[in-house]
Amino acid sequence: MSRMGYDGIVVCVPVTVPYSRYSLRSAHWFCGRALADLIAGAGVAKADVDGFCISSFTLAPDSAVGLTQHLGVSPRWLDHIPMGGASGAVALRRAARAVQCGDADIVACIAGDTNHVDSFRNTIASFSQFANDAVYPYGSGGPNASFAFLTDHYMREFGAAREDFGKLCVAQRDNALSTPHAMMKRPLSLDDYLNARPIADPLRLFDCVMPCAGAEAFLVMSDDRAKSLGLPHATILSTIERHNAYPEDPIQIRAGWAMDVDGFYDHAGVGPQDIDFVQAYDDYPVICFMQIEDLGFCPKGEAASFVREHDLTTAGDFPFNTSGGQLSVGQAGAAGGSLGLVESIRQLTDQCLGKAVDGAHVGLASCFGMINYDRGLCTSAAILGRSTR
Amino acid sequence: MTTPLPPPRKKDPVARTRAPTQPPGNRSREAQGLTAIAAVGRFALQCCADCGQVQYPPRQICGQCLGDDLPWRDMDPSGTLLAETKLHHANDLFFRDRVPWRLGVVGMDAGPSVVAHLAEDCRQGDRVNLSLNLDRSGHAVMNARPETPGPDQEDDMQLRELSMDPKGRRVLIVNGKTALGLALARSFKAAGAREIFVGQAEPWKAAPAFEAIKSLDGVTTFPLDVTDTDSVGELASVLSGKVEILVNNSYHLRPGGAVDRMDMNVSREEMDIHYFGLLRLAGTFGAAMRGRGADGAHGACAWVNVLSAYAQVNNPAFGTYSASQAAARSLAQCLRAEMAPGGIRVVNAYVGPLDDEWHQMVPPPKLGPDTVAARVIRALQQGHEDLAIGAVAEEIAERLAENPKEIEREIKL
Repeated sequence: MSRMGYDGIVVCVPVTVPYSRYSLRSAHWFCGRALADLIAGAGVAKADVDGFCISSFTLAPDSAVGLTQHLGVSPRWLDHIPMGGASGAVALRRAARAVQCGDADIVACIAGDTNHVDSFRNTIASFSQFANDAVYPYGSGGPNASFAFLTDHYMREFGAAREDFGKLCVAQRDNALSTPHAMMKRPLSLDDYLNARPIADPLRLFDCVMPCAGAEAFLVMSDDRAKSLGLPHATILSTIERHNAYPEDPIQIRAGWAMDVDGFYDHAGVGPQDIDFVQAYDDYPVICFMQIEDLGFCPKGEAASFVREHDLTTAGDFPFNTSGGQLSVGQAGAAGGSLGLVESIRQLTDQCLGKAVDGAHVGLASCFGMINYDRGLCTSAAILGRSTR
Repeated sequence: MTTPLPPPRKKDPVARTRAPTQPPGNRSREAQGLTAIAAVGRFALQCCADCGQVQYPPRQICGQCLGDDLPWRDMDPSGTLLAETKLHHANDLFFRDRVPWRLGVVGMDAGPSVVAHLAEDCRQGDRVNLSLNLDRSGHAVMNARPETPGPDQEDDMQLRELSMDPKGRRVLIVNGKTALGLALARSFKAAGAREIFVGQAEPWKAAPAFEAIKSLDGVTTFPLDVTDTDSVGELASVLSGKVEILVNNSYHLRPGGAVDRMDMNVSREEMDIHYFGLLRLAGTFGAAMRGRGADGAHGACAWVNVLSAYAQVNNPAFGTYSASQAAARSLAQCLRAEMAPGGIRVVNAYVGPLDDEWHQMVPPPKLGPDTVAARVIRALQQGHEDLAIGAVAEEIAERLAENPKEIEREIKL
């Protein structure tokens, strides 16, 4: 059976609750502020939003359920997506189907987290049973250690160099300089990158995202509703998600995107050559390299030469993480999984906070999350288009 | 190449003494299965009884066929190092005090990929062997070392955090007047102990073993009577801040049980030496050792109790002796819990009958003291916690695991 399209469903009202390194506020506050900004931006009443898709690490002991009482909403459709960095496109595709089927009219997709001084430590100290049993007791390095393994293996297997990862990080920083809420405000040189403080060999400081507090959110509704509200909106061309792909690989060199990439582009009716910008999940640069390969921009193992041959800045020939990505904007917990999607909506609706990609008509946002043991388990992605109606 | 262990230096009295901390010790019930295996020095993983799939990390449902019968099976520990890292930053206090710290991912020949502590002389692509060791929290961890170990491999600083290697450490042997005491002193010396302190009770009673001990280099003797609280306390006031490995090897064996030989004096002596003796040592040496559990590369690390295998099940031929050993064993479990916050590991060595004058009437196999000493040293070097020494102790451990009522009815050993 062929997949249904997302005809008549749009995504709009990109919202970012500005990031801070640490916050005394709760995740409920960040999600609540995101909702306030969504309804103000859409010009609707709180009660008009009848569906919610929530993603957060730090709501505990609450879930999306508790949040409804906090925020005084009575949705007829509610989802809580525990997929961290992969939650953005997953929320989008679930919300789109809910609206398409009439189970909800307007779904608010909200991903937000706070960051108290001890939040990150507590999150990684009890991340999953496998991590508690078989990773955290080994140096308690958290995701730094996990991505150090993947980076070390990738570099030796495919001959990528620190300079290649550095070029990507430097370009993203350049993109971030015009993003008002980016945590990183200063330009980054390749020398800065190469000589930064070592964190977990081969990773150094600027290979690692900075945990912070913040939220990203958007609305999903019918295009008729968006037009009647006068909202600039983007269309949904295709989405994918996959969990625990390639369990037989002894160490992660690829992820779920590679399993789904063909159907992804077929469904969208476009190919990699038609993509005007890519917003990739970027907690560490090695996973960007895997996305460039697995999403079909170059063959496996050739992302380093691809990066060498392309300009990844917003004005370049391969605009990549145009807001600066998490590496320069910060990683607000689960919001990291929606950052690229929200930036994509901005790019396709001419609502950029920073620099715009010239003539952007089709954009790709991909998401990655949940290092449960030795690899990230969840992948998702979406292709969005500029609305012609 | 492994960096050779620097010799212990005289302590700088104004330098910070590193406070004892523990690596993360939060484990699921399934993962505790690894701890039981590491405690006795085995290497086993869960293996599905239905489809044979090897599982790691531990779980309750087979990741292949969804079967729920996942017995622990001894496993080929070899594999290839797929990735390595050296952490320069850690969120946990234990590792924060010890970075840089090396880790790797090992693709096991048996199937699973395993995150492991990594010896200094392993590189990506190398063939490695895994072992399960107890870390300072008392839980099992995977440890990768080269398939062909290089020189000074026991000096690897990360390995020393997992082992209780006597090299460079100061050892107290509680009783120097037996052949076992002498064998222990010689073996610790051969294993590179820095200083050996040896106790003697009843100094008016000559003992050839003690004369031999006195002639060893690097050995100092002290009066020590574990039945005398003042004697134990006096020695602790001199030595407790120096002892890094304490070996409680006193024993007092007399044949007889409860009905056919009701002898309160002998029974009381057995309790006084085995149970109260351990209690006195624990109460006087324990706190100081626990406080020095992280005191550099040569900090306090282990408390060894040489116990009878009859501590685990009573042998009526030595009925009251067995009972007093059981009391000591129970107290040793308490000691293990109390010493844990300092990272001090309590090693219980269960021995079968020794080949000495008090076991004259016991048929072979009997244990030579050198065998016991060698096994104790190996357990310290490899980080084991419970060891059955000799055929009798091994059989008791196996029969207890299989059917405790059977061995209770008829020990025959």
